[in-house]
Amino acid sequence: MADNVKPRVKVPRSASAGESVLLKTLISHPMESGQRKDSDGNPIPRSIINRFTCDFNGENVIDATLEPAVSTNPFIEFEAVVPEAGEFVFTWYDDDGSVYTDTKAIAVS
Amino acid sequence: AAFLPMQVNAAADDAIAAFTGGAEVTDGGVDLVAPEIAENGNTVPIEVSAEGAASIMLIASGNPTPGVATFNFGKLAGAHTASTRIRLAGTQDVVAIAKMADGSFKRASANVKVTIGGCGG
Repeated sequence: MADNVKPRVKVPRSASAGESVLLKTLISHPMESGQRKDSDGNPIPRSIINRFTCDFNGENVIDATLEPAVSTNPFIEFEAVVPEAGEFVFTWYDDDGSVYTDTKAIAVS
Repeated sequence: AAFLPMQVNAAADDAIAAFTGGAEVTDGGVDLVAPEIAENGNTVPIEVSAEGAASIMLIASGNPTPGVATFNFGKLAGAHTASTRIRLAGTQDVVAIAKMADGSFKRASANVKVTIGGCGG
């Protein structure tokens, strides 16, 4: 179980309709790869975020599968088209079954 | 160095084959931005983009497990681009394979020199 998992996302407050906006996401997570060993030589079990998705008003923007080779505190940056005002939903899926979500609204000017 | 044969190990080949289903992969059409030299293999910034791609898979050919991440772009994806930070065990080639909307596959690769490995070795 990973402690102090905190998602953070950066979304512009507003965009013009049909504009492509840059989204930055980061979640604090150790991303234990399963390759490391503790001081007694026992392998440390794998514990990572294995999937990340972003949806806007129910339509998918990106669905990423992550492997242990993604760094600690996985950072993902991508672009989304904003056809109308609405809400981005970001979801992270942990190996231990936890699901972390964050939402951000965007206005259309 | 671009004309040397790819240094891709068997596990990376398997991962690529699982993604492409054995289809032919052509060079070009994919942009892979990676640093030439990464001082710390624990966080190496990587950016991939491929116009018209349905999904892009990243492979670190020299890692104990070569898979890094797969980005599947949905209907509302803007430019088909994604950036992230990855771990590299040592100096190696990073490969991006893009599955295009028409079912063809394209690739790009970049050699990254790593000073300190990032897989706890």
